[in-house]
Amino acid sequence: MGARCRADARCVYALGTGVNDSAIQTTYREALRSALREAMRADPRVFLMGEDVGRYGGSYAVSLGLLEEFGPERIRDTPLSESAFTGAGIGAALGGMRPIVEIMTVNFSLLALDQILNNAATIRHMSGGQFSVPLVIRMATGAGRQLAAQHSHSLENWYAHIPGLRVVAPATLADARGMLPTALACPDPVVMFEHATLYNLEGALPADSGAVDIERAAIRRSGKDVTLVTYGGSLPKTLAAADALAADGIDCEVIDLRSLRPIDDATIIASVARTRRIVVVDEGWRSGSLAGEIVTRVVEQAFYDLDAAPARVCSEEVPIPYAKHLEEAALPQPAKIVAAVHAVMNRG
Amino acid sequence: MSKDMGDAAPAGSDRARALQLVHGMLRIRRFEEKCAELYGALKIRGFLHLYVGEEAIAVGLMRVLTPEDAVVATYREHGHALARGIPMTAIMAEMYGKASGCSHGRGGSMHLFDATARFYGGNAIVAGGLPLATGLALADMLQQRARVTACVFGEGAVAEGEFHESMNLAALWKLPVLFLCENNLYAMGTALERSEAQTELHQKAAGYGMPGSVVDGMDVLAVEDAARRAVTAIRSGSGPQLLEVRTYRFRAHSMFDPERYRDKAEVEAWKKKGGPLTRFIARAKHERWLDEPDIEGLERTVAEEIQAAIDFAEASEWEPVAELTRDVYTPWEPA
Repeated sequence: MGARCRADARCVYALGTGVNDSAIQTTYREALRSALREAMRADPRVFLMGEDVGRYGGSYAVSLGLLEEFGPERIRDTPLSESAFTGAGIGAALGGMRPIVEIMTVNFSLLALDQILNNAATIRHMSGGQFSVPLVIRMATGAGRQLAAQHSHSLENWYAHIPGLRVVAPATLADARGMLPTALACPDPVVMFEHATLYNLEGALPADSGAVDIERAAIRRSGKDVTLVTYGGSLPKTLAAADALAADGIDCEVIDLRSLRPIDDATIIASVARTRRIVVVDEGWRSGSLAGEIVTRVVEQAFYDLDAAPARVCSEEVPIPYAKHLEEAALPQPAKIVAAVHAVMNRG
Repeated sequence: MSKDMGDAAPAGSDRARALQLVHGMLRIRRFEEKCAELYGALKIRGFLHLYVGEEAIAVGLMRVLTPEDAVVATYREHGHALARGIPMTAIMAEMYGKASGCSHGRGGSMHLFDATARFYGGNAIVAGGLPLATGLALADMLQQRARVTACVFGEGAVAEGEFHESMNLAALWKLPVLFLCENNLYAMGTALERSEAQTELHQKAAGYGMPGSVVDGMDVLAVEDAARRAVTAIRSGSGPQLLEVRTYRFRAHSMFDPERYRDKAEVEAWKKKGGPLTRFIARAKHERWLDEPDIEGLERTVAEEIQAAIDFAEASEWEPVAELTRDVYTPWEPA
């Protein structure tokens, strides 16, 4: 991406200060909205389409106010037809547009899975390289809001399983701001998972914050004793656990995957070579999980660097329940992460 | 279209048109028959769905589309690909799975693609092409291009949710898409009356406030007229249309199909009534547009083209296995 997008970012991403190198207070939701607004301003081929993205302002209010600026042609409310509007996004991408399809939650995306897997992910290869599908699909994912078993799952791994897709999970303000322009520049379909508990995340973001890569993991906290690998909504929990563990004298390195496909093996393996221990935190169910994939890669590539068997902190194998105490018990929590790290530190 | 066609009659004459129609349908018929033979010879593998009996639809439809229009088809799409102008050599090579195939051996019979022809597949998920076609039409509308997307699907697709979702979306947004339903009466082995509460499929258009019409798919002239009326209206900006074309599949669903679900007598009765080729040739002779030597000449031309396509496919190379994962992703270097 680089220079052009960064320059564009400086031009339009100014929430009040107008000073490039100053930080501004913002939220994950506002960072996403800024990215959308800038992309729409920069490229007339970009449009947003999905349920309640327009008049309602987006079910998580990400697109609030964009209808007024860009009009109903480009902030396009759709009927409740996930398969048709996702497929229409694929078709529009084939027809020269740069669509952004918003699906309310990952659970609803199953209604569009045929289009995502059988068309978006396959057309390039199936056509012998004649057609690419430059489409971005955004959706909310994850639990933590007492929305029960049809609005709370973490199925990122289902998508990360599919060759032909790129899958990203912004977990910081900078990534919420910067992944979209890169995803839009990418000639292939990118699925972007926004954890529902992150939308209200607040913090400071440099005013010139712009496009970021969508391939590499990031070390969010450096440490020497154990590597904690996570992504998305589990990042704040993992960082909280790392703080707690620091008080116990355990120095954790925290890696944010950022990209779930491709997975940045190199960053993980290099970290494990230093710390010799790994715990993976993943809100998906344990069986067949992304955490299982990460552990396998570490075992395949760094078996002899390990001082202890790897560990996973995943969701319990249960449909996410409604009651607050049950929901909390079903999910990875800082206390569970702390316990898993202690166990790994005591092994080997 | 080979050169001797054009030489035979003045452009625009009934005779010229008749030559083109017979040539177009004969190419498909003989190509499909040859494919069945090559399947038996193990040259073609996988699923193979033949279009024998339905040729008039592809030929009639493609005559009314411009090169800028788009086509989305199904897994029974050899006829559409041929009529749309994808070279028979590239189609046959794709049947063989060769690198010179129109999908470089990645797609096979069910997934013919061609960017030049704006031919967006060969979709083997029943109704899976409808949302795609809706989106192609949306792209045209947003970019203010007076193009039409023709979306061909079988009557089995009408039972899928994607049919209803796409019809609604296209009508709601007045998108330039022709939904052309090839009603051959059987969704694989399931007869229409065993799967649809409303078997007058064109009437479903009314539920979306969309014009719907029905035409005899065994009459190539009628198909062309109906398609032209629909495409002209769509191109003028009046929104999508549903065209039901009634036809019959003379062959089995695929090469694995023992045809337990329909009587031989039924198939024979349809054959006796005559498919689109038989019927149009009889008409053309009756009207004195064509005579027997014309037909014989077309048969020779088609036979030569098919042989050349086979020779091309046979002589073509296999894609090196080292290229297996090419085109899963588009080459891209984020700056």
